[in-house]
Amino acid sequence: MPWRLLKHGFTSSHNEPRFFPETRPLKSHYDVVIIGGGGHGMACAYYLAKEHGITDVAVLEQGYIGGGNTGRNTTIVRSNYLTPEGVKFYDTSLKLFEDLSDDFDLNIFYSTRGHFTLAHTDSALRTMRWRAEVNKHHGIDSEVVDRDFIAKEVPYMDLDCAGHNPVMGALYHAPGAVARHDAVAWGYARGAYNRGVEIHQKTRVTAIRTQGDRVTGVETDRGFVSCNKVVSMVAGSTPRITSMLGLQTPIEIYPLQACVSEPVKPFMDTIVVSGSLHVYVSQSSRGEMVMGASVDPSVLHSTRSSFDFVEGLTDKMIDLFPFMSRMKVMRQWAGMSDITPDFAPIMGKTPIEGFYLDAGWGTWGFKATPVSGKTMAWTLANDRNHELIEPFRLSRFADFDLVGEKGAASVGH
Amino acid sequence: MKVFDCPVIGRRPISEFDYVGEVRKPPMDADETTWAEYVFNRNGAPGLLREWWYHRPTGRWYVMERDTLKDEVLRFIDLEEVRYDIPA
Repeated sequence: MPWRLLKHGFTSSHNEPRFFPETRPLKSHYDVVIIGGGGHGMACAYYLAKEHGITDVAVLEQGYIGGGNTGRNTTIVRSNYLTPEGVKFYDTSLKLFEDLSDDFDLNIFYSTRGHFTLAHTDSALRTMRWRAEVNKHHGIDSEVVDRDFIAKEVPYMDLDCAGHNPVMGALYHAPGAVARHDAVAWGYARGAYNRGVEIHQKTRVTAIRTQGDRVTGVETDRGFVSCNKVVSMVAGSTPRITSMLGLQTPIEIYPLQACVSEPVKPFMDTIVVSGSLHVYVSQSSRGEMVMGASVDPSVLHSTRSSFDFVEGLTDKMIDLFPFMSRMKVMRQWAGMSDITPDFAPIMGKTPIEGFYLDAGWGTWGFKATPVSGKTMAWTLANDRNHELIEPFRLSRFADFDLVGEKGAASVGH
Repeated sequence: MKVFDCPVIGRRPISEFDYVGEVRKPPMDADETTWAEYVFNRNGAPGLLREWWYHRPTGRWYVMERDTLKDEVLRFIDLEEVRYDIPA
C-alpha cells in the first residue's frame, strides 16, 4: 500500500475502484425501504438479497455508512448472556461472525480473545454461576474461574483492585472476541450492493406515509418514495422514527461513552469487564486500549462526550491496571443508545402493517449485527416474526412478558 | 450541562442529583393495557421533557423541564403543577 500511495502521489489521477457507488437518483418505488445504513441495516439488505432473493431494496442513511453506533461501539462480540432467549440469539450471531471474513472476502479482523467478567462480591459471583449454568445448558463455552486462573491469564491486573474491591472470581467466556466494526458494515454493504440493493447515503427520512393501518411510503429530503415495507434500523434515532407514526415504545435514549488510549505494544490478549466497577477494556489490533463504562445518568439526544466520563472511568481503570496511570487518553466519543426496560431489543412486526422495527439495541447492538440482519430479513420476507426474535416482539410489554436480560453490558443492574 | 441553577438552593453541580426520569401521571382506575402503557412506554423523542431529579444532599425532589436535544433546563416546575389526588 505505501508504494501504491507513493506512485499515485506523483500522478494527477488514479483509478482506485470505489467501494460503493456514487449517488444515483431515488426510484419512485421500492419493495422494501430500510431506514438506517449501519451494520444492522446493511446486514438486513444483504440477507434479503442473498437468502430471499429480494433485491428491490433501498437503504436510506441520513449520514454515511456505519457512521452512527456501528462506528462508535467497542467491538466486543460474545454470547454469555443470562436468559435462554438472549443466549440462543447472541450465539447464532457469534457463529455468523466467525464466517464473515470468508463471506465478504474482506478481512474483518475477527479476533477471539477470551472474555472475563470479574466478580468483586458474593452476589456478583452468584450471578456469574447462574450465567455459566445457563450458557453451558445451551452448549456455550462459559465457566466460573477462580483468582489463580485469572492471575495466570491476566497477569498485569491488580486482583486486589487497590484493596477497594478485591476480585473473587470471574465468568470466563473463551469465544469472546473483537472485530473491526467498520469492516462489518462495509462488507455487508458491498455484498448487498453487488446483489442489486441501492444504498443512498445523505438521505434523511422526514416522514412515513400511511393509509389506514398500512405503510405506503416514506418522505425524504430527496423526495417521496413509495414502498410496500419499511424497516427502521436506526438505534439511537428510533424515537424520532416511531413518533412519525405515533407508535409508543419504552425506548429511552442515553449517551454511552467510550475512549481509547495512545497505542502501546501488544500485551493484553483478553477482554476484561467488571460489572461492579462498570468498566470494560480490550486492546485493539493497533495497540490502543479501548475502554468504556456505563451509560450516562440522564436522557440525552446527543453524541457529546464529557470529562466526568473519563475521570470516572480512569479512576476505576487505574485500580485494576495501576501501570495505566502513565498512559494518555487519546480520543473519546459517545453514541446514543436506545435503552429498553428489560435490556433486550425490540424486533419484528408492529401494529402498523408493513412497518417493522429493529430497535432497543442499547449497549448490545454490534454483537447482534449478523443475527439481527438475518432474522429481520426472514421476518420481512415471510411477514411473520422469526422464532429467534419472537421473545423480543414489541407487544411483550403490553403482555407483561419481559425478557430481563441482566447479562447486558454497561448498564446498572 | 454541569450545573443546575436551582431557584431554591442556588447553583449546584449536577453530580449531586439523581436522575429519576420522566414525570408521568398514573392512570388510576384503568384496564391492564392502559397500565402497561403507563408502566413501560416513555416519551423517547427529543424535545422538552418534564423530569424528576432528586437532590441527595438535601433530600429534596425537583421537577425540571429540560430540552433533551441541547441539554438545557428551561424552567423549574412548581410541584403543584404536577400534583394529583390519589382516589380514596
